Amino acid sequence: MKKLTLAISLLATSTAALSAGRDTINVVGSSTVYPFSTVVAERFGKSTSFKTPKIESTGTGGGMKLFCAGVGIDTPDMSNASRRMKKSELEMCIKNGVSAVTEVLLGYDGIVIANSKKSKQVVVSRKELFLALAKEIPALDGSEKLVANPYKTWNEINPSLPATKIEVLGPPPTSGTRDAFAELVLEGGCKKFPWIKAMKKTNKKKYKNICHAVREDHVYIEAGENDNLIVQKLTANPNAFGVFGFSFLDQNSDTLQGSKVDGVAPTFEGISDGSYPVSRPLYFYVKKAHANNIPGILEFLKEFTSEAAMGEEGYLTDKGLIPLGEERLNKVRKSVLSLTELKL
Amino acid sequence: MNNTIKSGQSDKAEETFSVTEAVKASLKRRHRKELGFRAAGFSAVCFGFVLVFLLLSDITYKAIPAFHQHWIKVDVTFDKAWLGVEDATSTSLATANYRKALRSSLYAAFPEVKTRKQKKRFTKMYSTNAEFTIKDFLIENPDKLGLKQAVWVRADDDVDTYLKDGVEPGKAGGRIDAMQAVWVQTLQQQSRIEKRFNFSFFTSGDSREPELAGVKGAFTGTILTMLVTLILSFPLGVAAALYLEEFAPKNRWTDIIEVNINNLAAVPSIIFGLLGLAVIINLFGLPRSAPLVGGIVLSLMTLPTIIIASRASIKAVPPSIREAALGIGASKMQTAFGHVLPMAMPGILTGTIIGMAQALGETAPLLMIGMVAFIVDVPSTVTDASTVLPVQIYLWADSPERAFLAKTSAAILVLLSFLLVMNVSAAILRRKFEK
Repeated sequence: MKKLTLAISLLATSTAALSAGRDTINVVGSSTVYPFSTVVAERFGKSTSFKTPKIESTGTGGGMKLFCAGVGIDTPDMSNASRRMKKSELEMCIKNGVSAVTEVLLGYDGIVIANSKKSKQVVVSRKELFLALAKEIPALDGSEKLVANPYKTWNEINPSLPATKIEVLGPPPTSGTRDAFAELVLEGGCKKFPWIKAMKKTNKKKYKNICHAVREDHVYIEAGENDNLIVQKLTANPNAFGVFGFSFLDQNSDTLQGSKVDGVAPTFEGISDGSYPVSRPLYFYVKKAHANNIPGILEFLKEFTSEAAMGEEGYLTDKGLIPLGEERLNKVRKSVLSLTELKL
Repeated sequence: MNNTIKSGQSDKAEETFSVTEAVKASLKRRHRKELGFRAAGFSAVCFGFVLVFLLLSDITYKAIPAFHQHWIKVDVTFDKAWLGVEDATSTSLATANYRKALRSSLYAAFPEVKTRKQKKRFTKMYSTNAEFTIKDFLIENPDKLGLKQAVWVRADDDVDTYLKDGVEPGKAGGRIDAMQAVWVQTLQQQSRIEKRFNFSFFTSGDSREPELAGVKGAFTGTILTMLVTLILSFPLGVAAALYLEEFAPKNRWTDIIEVNINNLAAVPSIIFGLLGLAVIINLFGLPRSAPLVGGIVLSLMTLPTIIIASRASIKAVPPSIREAALGIGASKMQTAFGHVLPMAMPGILTGTIIGMAQALGETAPLLMIGMVAFIVDVPSTVTDASTVLPVQIYLWADSPERAFLAKTSAAILVLLSFLLVMNVSAAILRRKFEK
């Protein structure tokens, strides 16, 4: 009998919640943007009379699917992304009735190649990283042929690199960090071979296969999605290198150091002015149709793009976000607050 | 004749002798074998025990820092000009500029903090929540407006970790630089830093600041989700098992159902999450991230386990019990509910607890229905947005801030204690039914 009354009360509360509107902002999307938007959400909830927004960590692609499913209180209001929205995704949005979407560029995230401070800091180029980690590399005799990657130690690639075994811990293919690493580092190094670069125009698929394929002979070790795990393994093994987001290096700067890539160290300044080559933009997207219906969205956007949050001294930079710089921040703020529609 | 008998007897004697001999000869070997098996079994148990012990002690050791928190005493001047208020009415106190009051009070105590950079490093030593702490204080004590008052605020997680790491005083370490280390030392010398038990770990919801983050939100979410799971899956599972065992005719249909139930028990849990998203959320329109939906999805997952275990234990009730009950005139239903079910109950409870424990640790299906999320507010009903303990552990383990390492382990301990309580209460119930 008790159970029955409980079940009935459960049912009653659920229907009550459905008939009412929604008073919390729902955000979905990238796990890379998650640490930043959660900080803003928490501050927003504490300092205003609105409820704390709910942030789901679904990954960029999954978030886009939910976001573009339609308009209405049962769909999310915003979607975080660690890359720009694809044209196909925007088309899907429009097809499902999400006609106007506003894009917000919130800053940059650097990807670092780091090792333990017990070893020396290394200077490595993207080409060398490609040669160390690609599944197949151009033949050593200079002919336009591919051979399975023969390198075992770093100094075989370049005598100035350490004479230790190549051992890189990094994220698995499901991770957005891995995508960005392949695109920015491996492809960046791969392009340095003129005949492969030429292939981009003639055979794009093969070009991508060559440039994005990572070794499978236990040199590149897939360490899981958890960057903290990689950090711990690096302290235990001074000869290994790890690939992860800048915020983790920032938090562990007493035990780890970032390698200089193409001569530039992964510092705040280097990533911010674009001289450090391995950084990616972070975005989030807002439904214009929701902005006027769900209470708090406009205020949340204002808080997010405020100087105190996204500015150069803002609290998001304390969490490892690389800020946009004043000029671009002003531009972003303007376009966000006027809810400018995204066109791709 | 005599001879033959004699020889026959001696043959027999010889035979028995040789059998005894053979038994005696093999006795040693067999004893050795048994001893070997016992030793292997014992060492296997020991090995398992040592591993569990290592795991638990490692988690506990890592969790210890999470249960304490350093607080810093600040002499706050509730200056009307700083706060930007004129009187102590509740509306003006709610919107006053506490950030400025806090910072100005901090700088007043440390006049050597001058440059912008120094100020930034200095204020970073205090939790971002400090301004809300003094806000709450003033709202509770409005008579303090315009006066100077010592208020304890939380230290930032960087300072907290630094102090817990036991770095030599005044030396840089962790994320504390030399300048901050000297400030911390000064504060310690003025006995303005205190280590307290971290109650807020148990009384507050999630936060992105490690010094504020607590498990209450996830814990409440877990209780609500498990409650929904139990309420749905236990009666349904037991009823299904009872019907299939006691009432249903044995034909091809019941065979198909049986095969399907066994198959369902082996389906990867994420599939149930997809089902939940497609049917429960998209078709029935229940809210995302709610324990109600989580509970429904998890009960789909636990149902097969409960049904299989319940059927096995109902089958194990001796037929004589049923025959006796029917023999004295009980109806089939009276037999099932009055005699078979109580005797099968211990086994049913074991199956239920295994299913529930499985559901308790599940995160994959919850990802699909939006329970892997940052939710600050503690849920109060089954339709509020909420998360569960394993998800909280996953989210904290993935956070860059180092202080979350301890929080992760502490949350694991909370989850394990929850499991322990669940198991113990099942054991007590089982004991009651076995009597």
